Amino acid sequence: MEIKVLGPGCSKCKQTETIVREAVAESGVAANVEKVTDVMKIAGYGVFGTPAVIIDGEVKCVGKIPKKEEVLSWIKK
Amino acid sequence: MTQNCCETSSNIMILACSGGSSVGQLSNQAAVELAQEGFGKMFCLAGIGGQLSGFVQSAKDVPVMVVIDGCSVGCGRAILKQANVQLTHYLVLTDEGIEKNKNFNLEQADIDRVKEAVKRTVNGNPPVDSWPTETGCACGSGR
Repeated sequence: MEIKVLGPGCSKCKQTETIVREAVAESGVAANVEKVTDVMKIAGYGVFGTPAVIIDGEVKCVGKIPKKEEVLSWIKK
Repeated sequence: MTQNCCETSSNIMILACSGGSSVGQLSNQAAVELAQEGFGKMFCLAGIGGQLSGFVQSAKDVPVMVVIDGCSVGCGRAILKQANVQLTHYLVLTDEGIEKNKNFNLEQADIDRVKEAVKRTVNGNPPVDSWPTETGCACGSGR
């Protein structure tokens, strides 16, 4: 599973990355988590704001910090 | 298209039908000028129509949006409905008494009229309660 966390590096983007990594560890799912900070690369995903989370190419949330339970539900599907 | 989450301007998403008529192009030009003035940020209705997940999810997660349709055919609204995106603020230019025709030489007075109507629509109608409360910049700067 490929997970990308989009965000230029503000505190809530970092929080999102932490939550995603915690959820992955908790779930035991084999996943590669990548933080994308390059604004031009972020723009390529068509998101209106950050942080954003993408799982296997599908954008799951934009402009807000997801709850760990939400992330778990996304990666367990 | 992507905003820097630490920018100071508004997080209102502006979606214009940008259709092939005077009112469609008025919706687009008004959206452009509103974005330039910092009222909100233009976003791609075409991306939502194309069911691209970044665009669709952005529209679902944004706290406040305004869709500007030129006429009562309502293409913009229909696109959001197809994508299961909840509309928060909506404006139809012909309902504002603006004539639909094929004259693409837009008058600044009409553009200004549309801009005022958009502001009135957004400011006079709070978004529905079901939108998430933690929204927008999300950069921790308090904006």
